[in-house]
Amino acid sequence: MAPMKLYGATLSWNVTRCVAVLEEAGAEYEIVPLDFSTGEHKSPEHLARNPFGQVPALQDGDLYLWESRAICKYVCRKNKPELLKEGDLKESALVDVWLEVEANQYTSALTPILFQCLIRPMLGGATDQKVVEENLEKLKKVLEVYEARLTKSKYLAGDYISVADLSHVSVTLCLAATPYASVFDAYPHVKAWWTDLMARPSAQKVAALMKPPS
Amino acid sequence: MNDQPGRAQKQSGLISMSPVKVFGSAPFTNVARVLLCLEEVGAEYEIVDVDFHAREHKSPDHLARNPFGQVPAFQDGDLMLFESRAICRYILRKHRSTDGANLLREGNLAESAVVDAWLDVEALQYDPAMHAVFVQHRVVTALGGEPDERVIAESVARLRETLDVYEARLTTRGYLAGDEVSLADLSHVPYTRYLLEMPYGPPVFGEFPRVTAWWERLLARPAVRKVVSMMGGGSG
Repeated sequence: MAPMKLYGATLSWNVTRCVAVLEEAGAEYEIVPLDFSTGEHKSPEHLARNPFGQVPALQDGDLYLWESRAICKYVCRKNKPELLKEGDLKESALVDVWLEVEANQYTSALTPILFQCLIRPMLGGATDQKVVEENLEKLKKVLEVYEARLTKSKYLAGDYISVADLSHVSVTLCLAATPYASVFDAYPHVKAWWTDLMARPSAQKVAALMKPPS
Repeated sequence: MNDQPGRAQKQSGLISMSPVKVFGSAPFTNVARVLLCLEEVGAEYEIVDVDFHAREHKSPDHLARNPFGQVPAFQDGDLMLFESRAICRYILRKHRSTDGANLLREGNLAESAVVDAWLDVEALQYDPAMHAVFVQHRVVTALGGEPDERVIAESVARLRETLDVYEARLTTRGYLAGDEVSLADLSHVPYTRYLLEMPYGPPVFGEFPRVTAWWERLLARPAVRKVVSMMGGGSG
């Protein structure tokens, strides 16, 4: 069976979201880098994989998939279904809830901060501090909810690690590259959850991939 | 009552078959999404209104149901859920035997992944463009302000780009994830309903004949008609 192919640049936290899950699920895969500077993501070849011209895209045999969390779920169903708990009505619902929370509450507050602090400077622009401050406040409110949750269970969906936890790895690693990593310090259970996640080989692999070339 | 012959799922704890509760009212798009699934599977439910004017959504009682103080929240026995698309998945899995369309395509690796992908497109690309227009046109004006036409124009432009892809997709199949309807299609209903009521909506949709035909196919579903009516304050 040919390895799955994950298309996209490892600088993209949506691409490395999938790497965390591919690694954790023990899937055979290879990363195929795409060159945004040459518009490769808008080439006919790539549009055939992802009609929105975005990354990541996944190829598995003759199946093409896109949207990082859809890719993550597919990989789990195929290689490590216990990360989804789909045989159990209640547990799978809680995994779904916290994966939605990651997308709609956590990452939605974090992405503007990452864009201002990491992407804009790369594009030669200036960081809009007002946007950073506004979203830091939103992020803190989200972290308060996480702190309360993680007081009751070891991981977000329960006492079992799931795709919901893993989906946080790439974006949170990016936060660590901004001046705002210490925002976690006020939330001890969140910090402990993150430390535990970071110790996993899958997270270490993502961290290694995201290091900028020296 | 909990043992459905042929169901492969094991259930932790007793799953109640008494009516479930949806906290939040139908005009909220995220609530309407959940109601669509309940109607599609024919589940019994009751709607419990959350009074935003009285800031009930930030009350301790409601925060215990949805820690982000939003709607919907959903209660089934002692299980409390939030985030509309997670609630939808739960409803469809629980009522798999009456979900004639297999709206999640569970059991098929490739098809379920394609449903997931289009559901994420709806959540992360389609909805935000719609939401921006809705906020300017309905919410800002309700609060006494002037809609920001630049924001509206940008959002409509983004929507057009997204609908370009939908139009191409719907050329080769009847629904987004394949030849049969799925949760991905249904999830588009609430915001689309509002968009088509605003002056910006019909001209944009008018540029995409297959998208328009897809929308009309969705409107032909009894569950969709009922929820669309409930969103307007009707009883369905």
